[in-house]
Amino acid sequence: MDILQVNNLQKNFATQKAVDSVSFSLQKGSIFGLLGPNGAGKTTLIRMLTGIFYPDEGNVLFDGKPFDPVHDPVKIGYMPEERGLYKKMKIGEQAIYLAQLKGLTKHEATERVKRWFVKFEMETWWNKKVQDLSKGMGQKLQFVITVLHEPKLIILDEPFSGLDPVNSNLIKEEIYQLARNGSAVIFSTHRMEQVEEICDHIILMNKGQKILDGTVSGVKRQFSENLFSIGLEQVDGTVSSPAFEVVGRRDQGLVVKIHDGHRPNDVLDYFIRRQTGITSFMEILPSLNDIFIKLVEGTPLARQFQPVTA
Amino acid sequence: MSKIWLVTKREYLTRVRNKTFLLTTFLLPLMIVLFVIGAIFIAVSGKSHNRIAVSDANGYFKDYLRSDSTIAFDFSPDIDTLNYAEKGCTAALIIPVLREDQKTIYRLKYKKQLGFAGEEDLAGKMRTAITDHMIFEKTSLTRGRLDSIRSKSDIAELRTYEDRGKESKESKQGFLYLIGYVSGFLIYLLTFLYGAAVMRGVMEEKTNRIAEVIVCSVRPFELMMGKIVGIGAVGLTQFVLWVVLLGGLFLAALGFVPHDTWLEVQKLQQANAMGNASTAQASAAAEMVFNTTNAVGSANWGLLLSCFLFYFFGGYLFYSALFAAVGSAVNEDPQEAQSLLLPITMPVIFSFIIMTIAIQDPGGKLAVWASIIPFSSSIVMMARIPFGVPGTVPLWQLGLSMMFLILGFLFTVWLAGKIYRTGILMYGKKPTWKTMWKWAFTKS
Repeated sequence: MDILQVNNLQKNFATQKAVDSVSFSLQKGSIFGLLGPNGAGKTTLIRMLTGIFYPDEGNVLFDGKPFDPVHDPVKIGYMPEERGLYKKMKIGEQAIYLAQLKGLTKHEATERVKRWFVKFEMETWWNKKVQDLSKGMGQKLQFVITVLHEPKLIILDEPFSGLDPVNSNLIKEEIYQLARNGSAVIFSTHRMEQVEEICDHIILMNKGQKILDGTVSGVKRQFSENLFSIGLEQVDGTVSSPAFEVVGRRDQGLVVKIHDGHRPNDVLDYFIRRQTGITSFMEILPSLNDIFIKLVEGTPLARQFQPVTA
Repeated sequence: MSKIWLVTKREYLTRVRNKTFLLTTFLLPLMIVLFVIGAIFIAVSGKSHNRIAVSDANGYFKDYLRSDSTIAFDFSPDIDTLNYAEKGCTAALIIPVLREDQKTIYRLKYKKQLGFAGEEDLAGKMRTAITDHMIFEKTSLTRGRLDSIRSKSDIAELRTYEDRGKESKESKQGFLYLIGYVSGFLIYLLTFLYGAAVMRGVMEEKTNRIAEVIVCSVRPFELMMGKIVGIGAVGLTQFVLWVVLLGGLFLAALGFVPHDTWLEVQKLQQANAMGNASTAQASAAAEMVFNTTNAVGSANWGLLLSCFLFYFFGGYLFYSALFAAVGSAVNEDPQEAQSLLLPITMPVIFSFIIMTIAIQDPGGKLAVWASIIPFSSSIVMMARIPFGVPGTVPLWQLGLSMMFLILGFLFTVWLAGKIYRTGILMYGKKPTWKTMWKWAFTKS
């Protein structure tokens, strides 16, 4: 079932359309990547989802019902890119306070904060102040605060920046766990390798519009250029076939591009006939990074200001 | 509602637990007391003493113009307008021959200003001298006789009573003036102190970016109101502590008064009730205790305190909402806040100036209007109330003033809420009043 359904969402600012008719839907338990270059409108979109901004057009269905800006925001956990905590407030108290703002009772909040602090080995931080924490420690704290009230929708903006690999893995595991427990996660980042690793669904935004939507493997297949890597016992002579062409050579193999209308079997067939020993055969799918660059390249790096028409 | 309460609680507790709160609560009154004592000490000890050389054309003043502790007159003939400074005089008075059928101008030449009060003093002494001269010239009264009449004429004393229908209450204008001034000043001070605290708090949340985390669980308006109410409650706590502290000190001081003095004070009270103001047989200490308790007893403390609380909170809400709006609009740079603050601080400062004028004439037109308009009412009205409700301040004025103040802060809170909602998440360029106006009055 869809936890979130976004229909033709639009938000205009004085100088530009920040978000222009964006639609997508998000299922319970899925991890969703929201990608796009700087200034693509991701933050504005997220702010509309969290009820901070009201959309100019379109609507958001949350859990099957129109988004209620009074009661629904507490079912969302949002970790903005720019971390924010009270620097001079004690950490334990602060976590409890923010959880109470999300609608937990003091008792519940205290219990959960304690549980999370134990889990993340943060017990000794309780009476420290945020200003005493390192960037990575602050990050962990912010993550705990975001998910403490067990939100149905979790929005994470660059959650791994500043974290070492150990802590990154810790948080990654928690994200998987939260998704398994039925929360939907929206994950906004520029780090494509993390998206490939974690997300099962992505959309790509550019200049306020959605330009790509699909599962990670589906998107990759969509942008597949029919490239295959083939490992050979020895590479000798010229290789030529109507079925494919060689686009690269390696130590122990070739990179080939299969022409339209032909199948991988044709490639294998060719080498088997030549009695060349095949050690491996694998499709080379484009990385999300390549796709991202391909789609966004050519558009101006910095978004230009333009007056809103219509 | 419960969320405003949560925010309020946090704002209140983090501030009250802070060491600076304790320091300001206990050190500020101490500093003010020390400052006042110091100022009085300097004023008393530093009262300037002037020696004035007199060149009196026909000796009209020689026997009549009298020196005292503030001005000494020097009639020695070898001092003139050219060398008075070398002879140790601060000024030279040049009096031509006076004629009774016209006003003659006499002149003072000075190197060092006498000051406003000094000039008044000099002119008064001259008038007395002329009167005395005329009395002796035109009547047969002797000098000794006039002096003894003067010294014995101090047989009446003014006491003022506020007419309250059935009963009337003795009032001490000087004391009421003091209370009015202190109340007005306190509200002025607290408005600035806590208004600025609200602004800093909002700026902190904005620059820390915690606003973005919080506004997805709390509506911006709730966050703003929680902050304003929480900080207001801190101010209230501080004020209550001050009142308790001062009241305690006063009672403690009374406890140190010896029993004998109290007996004398009782006698004074009885004498006073009989309409006898002579204090000849009482000791100076008893007189002081009597005057102090009388003065303190003459004020209507219940009314004063409740009005103070109302006007403190009303004025605070009115201005702190505007401070919050400015705090939400600016970025890290405190310089930016300066220029936006000007339109807010100006009315507060003007109110204070109007208050110092209004307190001289608490029933005057300026005082009445300034105490009704919500921009200045919290400060000016508080300076008027000690002079008497419903005497000096008729009930309709008090009611109107309170109503306008409530309407006023409802308006500023509403307006600030609109600006705050947009401003708290805006980063980058410093907004102008025009863009803030747009945030407030265009729907989004």
